[in-house]
Amino acid sequence: MAKERIQIMVCGGTGCTGDQGEALLDNLKLELEANALENSVNVVKTGCMGLCSMGPNIKILPDNIIYTGVRPDDAREIVSEHIMKGRRIERLLFTDPGSGEKLATEKELSPHRKQLRIALRNCGIIDPESIDDAIAHDAYEALATALTNMKPLDVIKLIKDSGLRGRGGGGFPTGIKWEIAFNNKSDVKYVVCNADEGDPGAFMDRSILEGDPHAVLEAMAICGYAIEAAKGLIYIRAEYPLAVSRLNTAIRQAREYGLLGTNIMGSDFSFDIEIKYGAGAFVCGEETALIHSMEGDRGEPTVKPPFPAVSGFREKPTIVNNVETYACISPIILKGSEWFSSIGTEKSKGTKVFALAGKINNVGLIEVPMGTTLREVINEIGGGIRNGKKFKAAQTGGPSGGCLTEKHLDTPIDFDNLIAAGSMMGSGGLIVMDEDDCMVSVAKFFLEFTVEESCGKCSPCRIGNKRMHELLEHITKGKGVPADLERLKNMCHVIKDTSLCGLGQSSPNPVLSTLENFREEYEAHVTVKKCPAGKCKDLMEYFIIAANCVGCTACARVCPVGAISGERKEPHVINPEICIKCGACMEKCKFDAIIIQ
Amino acid sequence: MPKINSPAELSKHKKEIREKLYGQEKILIRVHMGTSGLASGAKSIYEFFREELEKRNIEATVINSGDMGYSFAEPTIEVRLPGREAVVFGNVDKIKADEIIEKYIKNGELTDGILPANYRSI
Amino acid sequence: METVKLTIDNKTIEVPKGTTIHKAARELGIEIPVLCYMRLDDLNIENKPAGCRICVVEVEGRRNLAPSCATSCEEGMVVRTHTTRVLNARRTVMEFILSDHPKDCLVCAKSGNCDLQSLAQYLGIREIPGEEIAEMSTYRKDTSPSIIRDLDKCILCRRCEMMCNTVQTVGALSAVNRGFMATVAPAFEQNLEHSTCTYCGQCVAVCPTGALTEVDHTAEVLRALADPAKTVIVQTAPAVRAALGELFGMKPGTLVTGKMVTALRALGFDYVFDTDFAADLTIMEEGTELLDRLQRHLSGDKSARLPIMTSCCPGWVNFFEEYFPDLNDIPSTAKSPAQMFGSIAKTYFADKIKVDRKDLVVVSIMPCLAKKYECQREEFSVNGNRDVDFSISTRELAAFIKQANIDLNNLEDGEFDAPLGESTGAGVIFGATGGVIEAACRTAYELHTGKKLERIDFTELRGLQGVRSATIDFDGLPLKIGIAHGLGNARKLLDEIKSGKSQYHAIEVMACPGGCIGGGGQPPHHGNSEIIKARAAAIYEEDRNKPLRKSHENPFIIKLYDEFLGKPNSEKAHHLLHTRYFDKKKKIVVKH
Repeated sequence: MAKERIQIMVCGGTGCTGDQGEALLDNLKLELEANALENSVNVVKTGCMGLCSMGPNIKILPDNIIYTGVRPDDAREIVSEHIMKGRRIERLLFTDPGSGEKLATEKELSPHRKQLRIALRNCGIIDPESIDDAIAHDAYEALATALTNMKPLDVIKLIKDSGLRGRGGGGFPTGIKWEIAFNNKSDVKYVVCNADEGDPGAFMDRSILEGDPHAVLEAMAICGYAIEAAKGLIYIRAEYPLAVSRLNTAIRQAREYGLLGTNIMGSDFSFDIEIKYGAGAFVCGEETALIHSMEGDRGEPTVKPPFPAVSGFREKPTIVNNVETYACISPIILKGSEWFSSIGTEKSKGTKVFALAGKINNVGLIEVPMGTTLREVINEIGGGIRNGKKFKAAQTGGPSGGCLTEKHLDTPIDFDNLIAAGSMMGSGGLIVMDEDDCMVSVAKFFLEFTVEESCGKCSPCRIGNKRMHELLEHITKGKGVPADLERLKNMCHVIKDTSLCGLGQSSPNPVLSTLENFREEYEAHVTVKKCPAGKCKDLMEYFIIAANCVGCTACARVCPVGAISGERKEPHVINPEICIKCGACMEKCKFDAIIIQ
Repeated sequence: MPKINSPAELSKHKKEIREKLYGQEKILIRVHMGTSGLASGAKSIYEFFREELEKRNIEATVINSGDMGYSFAEPTIEVRLPGREAVVFGNVDKIKADEIIEKYIKNGELTDGILPANYRSI
Repeated sequence: METVKLTIDNKTIEVPKGTTIHKAARELGIEIPVLCYMRLDDLNIENKPAGCRICVVEVEGRRNLAPSCATSCEEGMVVRTHTTRVLNARRTVMEFILSDHPKDCLVCAKSGNCDLQSLAQYLGIREIPGEEIAEMSTYRKDTSPSIIRDLDKCILCRRCEMMCNTVQTVGALSAVNRGFMATVAPAFEQNLEHSTCTYCGQCVAVCPTGALTEVDHTAEVLRALADPAKTVIVQTAPAVRAALGELFGMKPGTLVTGKMVTALRALGFDYVFDTDFAADLTIMEEGTELLDRLQRHLSGDKSARLPIMTSCCPGWVNFFEEYFPDLNDIPSTAKSPAQMFGSIAKTYFADKIKVDRKDLVVVSIMPCLAKKYECQREEFSVNGNRDVDFSISTRELAAFIKQANIDLNNLEDGEFDAPLGESTGAGVIFGATGGVIEAACRTAYELHTGKKLERIDFTELRGLQGVRSATIDFDGLPLKIGIAHGLGNARKLLDEIKSGKSQYHAIEVMACPGGCIGGGGQPPHHGNSEIIKARAAAIYEEDRNKPLRKSHENPFIIKLYDEFLGKPNSEKAHHLLHTRYFDKKKKIVVKH
């Protein structure tokens, strides 16, 4: 291999390019050419380096020096000083605001990164089908520690002290749940992993199971040790074939190694895991429904109490934790509760994985400490809003959550703040919406999901949600009246107040929160019958601005229904009675003469 | 593989495995093959690397792994050259894969489309 | 017992731990409306899916409203049952339910007896907001020989499902589909006819709306009565007289035997007879069979299997044919009283009055829906002419009487016609659980021992416990009796027999909890088990008032054997009064 030559990585993330990163890249190339270095120094544009607030950023190899806040004009000095003379440019190094120290390398800058991977620590890093690779990355070390150095109550205390709360949506303290199950003496207890991930757009559980299945198996065994259970069950939706296959492989390998089964690692502790398949009903993510489904019954919830930790699967004490929750267990055992509780906010510790989706550049999975703000997530990790549009709202908690708006951009995201803002953490779906999104339609979209996924057991959820959806449909068709909004609000409150399980109790959230935050948009639909975002087809009208129209006839020729008329070289007119709102004319017009009203 | 009968045996095994998997001066390529990766064509990229590296007489280990979460840039791969930090490439199609082999794997020369580690891990 | 103290609507109460808020409130005289919830105290039957959300109440410190039917009282709880928040929630939820319910109360079988209708009135619902844009969930209507399922009217209370699965262990009904289209149906949304349904009718008995009703045969009966060419005779089951009055505003447990006879005569029946007569006949046949099998068994005849089980209940017959066809030789081969009646009516009686069986129409008034199916069984007809032509329920009879403008309350008492109207007290008690076996014991004892039975009331065989057992001393022979009512309880006894562990010589089974008095064709009990108990008391009262209380003392029974049948279990008796059973493990046929 050739001797390593100098390479400059220029951050091409939106934050940096928007901040003259492109000009910097050009200048660097020009400077190198001017010094005849273009063949010996390689300049490349990379994806986001994740230090957006400090950008534009560059990294120089093989020195591994990162310069932040680099202006296009700095190109000359970088080439002349760093590249040609090998001298660091101190003023371009990042200054730690706390200590005042200059930070140069990846390692030094690392604490300033917005993303911290705990649950996702091994995803994409190890071979999920090799238990050896997992062990090389510390798998089963925590189980070994627990079995050798800790009593069940020590484990429970550690998890309690860590402040870990359930990542599946409710945010119930994991350690307390384990303690309840521990205190309920029974010959048989169960440890269940809830892998019935169902929020639209959320796929962190799938990614963890596909990328690091042993993390979950190990944590379930630790939980079994802590609550004195010998049997684990993973309830996973059958639509996750890859996760299922990798789990099966992992379970087989763990059994072969004696890391599952009888007398694990020579101890008295025995624990084994079985996979149960779900048919993909969203409501089976609710723990009592999940348990009924595993028992072979219809997947529908029952009244709590009794809570599963007291009486769950086959009426035995049962712990039901979500995949991401389990994925946090081993690091807590290995690094201690203080380490974990030092991350996050006062009442929400550790990190949370979010699935970024919607009108954002870098869609995908991210993991950030609790307390990170929505602004940081969107701009510094998500790469900002797509096509430079304006941020309008972000939906958290999937169909059970509500939307956060501009006023929430700097609110630290944690369990309690989200609830205070009228939304919820849910499983971590985060859907970003821009100025083009109609919030009434957004609410309708989420409600449609709930209507589809309601189990039908209780009347407010079964019928109420359907009626709300019908009313929203009515409103988006321009048939609503102002009184409908109050009716909608009452329905929301009653459905929340009376539904049997979390699904129904939270299903009105998208409606309530949009109604609260975007009331004027609803009003526009029911009073002047207009959709401000121009999304509701029945409420829009295509219109030709006479001043811009040159009479080229292109629109009239493309109109499939002959709704456009006009003389050549004269302004044309659209007949709204005939127009089917297909938008073909607008696409065809070269003079921006056609608008939506 | 015999059973691991004690925590000490686990540590011993871990040490051996680390040496075996990561101790050698060998090129390691991970193709991220979770559902997101596979849906974007990661499987053909995985096969491309296996076949092409052999054809081009480059000794390297090609393995699959889960996704890193870069859904916007799938398929993604990670390349570890001996003695260097691992580098992740995004939007890898066969043309890009070819470029990665020729430029980075053969010559250590970076190409556009790198996804720098933008996170810290434990 | 551990108790908890709580406050409901500013009143303090102490209740045993585990008591629901609904029950505690009731003890304070606070009535919280319920819809899906149902509890039959003495029968240990409870339905509380907490699905309708009508009974919600405010509990201090709780984020949302709590279903009072399924929430246990806790120490220091502060509950408010009728706040504006609660009232608004109840009304809104009720509006939701009504928005997906047909408004055809005018022609609904349940009208006037519908829990949903009463609740809508109670909550003062006068309009349903958004009705004009509300889609309705609609389903295919399913008609079986006994039961009609009109799921458009189903409100998902799940009572039928609980009855079918938990109480009866029949497993014909369960919730299917999700969300707005969720409903209760047989597997794969088959017709009931293709399911494991036994037509016991308990689903109908508990349905709060018109979603589950009987197949109404009053129109056919009316047409037969109107046809001058037909001689129409009617038989009434014992349990009918103990419940019919309820549908005319009488107190549960009011006996209306005489008034019922007068009403039937007024309706135009040519002869008004009593199934009780046939019950006496059943005792003669079944009792003789019991003694025969018992004696053969005791003398070492391996082909004589014990226990012998009663066979008067058609729901029960369907149940063992469906689930225990390998035990088909265990039940008595005696037909049910209603079918024995039909058989004698269309032979002996038809000859007597010189009417061709084709022109003789036999109608049975039954507390039962399975009877509708039973009389349609092929083996109970001769050349396509049924022994019992139509079976109508207590409810259908009440409706019929009302249609004819007959004021039951003010009728004179009438007498059953002779000869098929003569009966003993033994025939009457067939209507309550334990009654058949008690009646059998009265006769079998005297036939077996040749001694006069001094103590006629076998009170040890009565009661509402699901499975009961007693040993009756047959003059030195301890006869072990088992009794089960409700098919789930029957299953327990059958499982014992199957595994060879049964200790019994004879077992009585009734499909319906409480026996026929709690049948699927009776007036709705609305979840009040006191009504069932009152009906049982009425049955035993009628027994006590009868001059004759042992079947073999019925003079017409004696005459019938002398003149026509020979002796019990004779060849002729076998031909006319006995039947056989089939293996009915139904194939699942997927078709709609």
